[in-house]
Amino acid sequence: MSSLGELQRLGTSSGGPPRKRDNRAAFFFLSPWFAGLILITAGPVAASFVLGFTDYNLIQPPEFNGLENLQRMLHDERLHHALGVTFTYVFVSVPLQLAFALGLALLLDRGMRGLAFYRSVFYLPSLLGTSVAIAVLWRQIFGADGLVNQVLGWFGVHGQSWISDPDTALSTLIVLNVWTFGAPMVIFLAGLRQIPTMYYEAAAVDGASKGRQFRSITLPLLSPIIFFNLVLQIIHAFQSFTQAFVVSGGTGGPSDSTMFYTLYLYQRGFHSFDMGYASALAWLLLVIIAIFTAINFWASKRWVFYDD
Amino acid sequence: MTDLKERVTPAVREEPAARARTRMSSIAKHVGLILLALIMLYPVLWMVVSSLRPNNEIFRSPGLALSGLRIANYSEGWNALASPFGHYLINSAIVVAGCVIGNLVSCSLAAYAFARLEFGGKKVFFAIMLGTIMLPIHVIIVPQYILFSQLGWINTFLPLVVPKFLATDAFFVFLMVQFIRGLPRELDEAARIDGAGHPRIFLQVVLPLMVPALATTAIFTFIWTWNDFFSQLIYLTDPDKYTVPVALRSYVDATVSTSWGSMFAMSVVSLLPVFLAFLLGQRFLIKGIATTGIK
Repeated sequence: MSSLGELQRLGTSSGGPPRKRDNRAAFFFLSPWFAGLILITAGPVAASFVLGFTDYNLIQPPEFNGLENLQRMLHDERLHHALGVTFTYVFVSVPLQLAFALGLALLLDRGMRGLAFYRSVFYLPSLLGTSVAIAVLWRQIFGADGLVNQVLGWFGVHGQSWISDPDTALSTLIVLNVWTFGAPMVIFLAGLRQIPTMYYEAAAVDGASKGRQFRSITLPLLSPIIFFNLVLQIIHAFQSFTQAFVVSGGTGGPSDSTMFYTLYLYQRGFHSFDMGYASALAWLLLVIIAIFTAINFWASKRWVFYDD
Repeated sequence: MTDLKERVTPAVREEPAARARTRMSSIAKHVGLILLALIMLYPVLWMVVSSLRPNNEIFRSPGLALSGLRIANYSEGWNALASPFGHYLINSAIVVAGCVIGNLVSCSLAAYAFARLEFGGKKVFFAIMLGTIMLPIHVIIVPQYILFSQLGWINTFLPLVVPKFLATDAFFVFLMVQFIRGLPRELDEAARIDGAGHPRIFLQVVLPLMVPALATTAIFTFIWTWNDFFSQLIYLTDPDKYTVPVALRSYVDATVSTSWGSMFAMSVVSLLPVFLAFLLGQRFLIKGIATTGIK
């Protein structure tokens, strides 16, 4: 069903009976995709690998400098800081976001009145969340005299600016990511609908409590979907950019507290035009994402349950 | 297992008291859900209301009640930048239109090949295609930028639109592959017996049947391109070429908390197309993410 399941299955499928090949037609239909692969995706991936070993400022031709960029990474304290910020963001906001998504999906039962309405309302922030407009709004809401502090004022709490305090700036972005739980929620809802009601009926006859049904039926049968959402949202969160950029005015501040990895990459590449180092940074990001995805796949053997 | 086939009513027979209790808990659930929905949408509603308030009132009114309508925020925001805001809306519309057409054409072509044709290396190419769904744009942006700057395409819409004509949004290729696989093969076979080649089968049999998948692709492409900031920020540095997100951001940086009213006004304007696309296309959106699972 999902692209991940598809990838996992690719290695194992036996394929149907051999059929007539239509190589020429396939080449015609795939020619735009091939061109895109070479020029826009795979080609640049390879090119940025090579550029990662050069010094390049767009004006002079690239100059090989061996492992200098790697060495620079090891001693680049701002980079280490950006990694810390990004890891905190990913590993706090994704579990929270998925917990909300799963919780709400479970609450929105099959055949419940108003299901379509709730689903739409909770999904809407996912579509708005990556826009500059919402980041602008966030900047006001969590500012010194913003909406949050006005509401807190009713309870006698005197908040300061959440955005300009290095201790809280990152949490406002985490809240923003959790706010977009609607997309994984819709995926959970679709997954829950796949579970045959027969299982629950049988369990109820056997006297299983709701909690037991959740642990023994819902969780195992939903685990591939949980896994799918986890992998995708982690990959997604590593790439967050817009919100940090707009909220911090492009600086990653205050005192680098919202310096996402992608923001640092942008500054190195497109402010300093330090293209060689930016390419090395891009590849490090790819490696980091690949490692976490691999860990996810490896760990999934222990908790993801496949029906077939 | 067979005896379970007959319908089993849950929890034996409910007594009136028990029924009243489940009724109460259902009401409590709805109240909770509506409350949560309100909390979630409140900031957006508040922004819409605040876009009609004078500046000093924005920082004093957490409520939604309006004392008057300050339409001037909209005219101020509209004319605050070098060009009227309509100029940026048109730029965004051009980029979006190009991306939508590009994705519809190129992704459906590629999807037909993956779903219906047999060819050497199909499995490998399909795996590569799926892999590129998860490829972060940051890994390819630097070489892409170098390529496009050598072509002289910086500060044009080409770097944003041309890749879409090359089926680089693999997510949509996958979505369409899934859809085509669900169409009965008998239809293709019948057309083939009638002498139709693959181009005709694609155009006259498959394409008309995959309108729902095309609609999903169009709406998602619309919303994602409209919201996209990273690549538009990188490729468009000439204010005349700014799209809505880049223009809005430059406005924010230029005014820093002096005129929130007009900033909110333009934010509302920029969200309106997304909201409309959501209203008109939510059926396709929800189906789309449910079957392929990316926001």
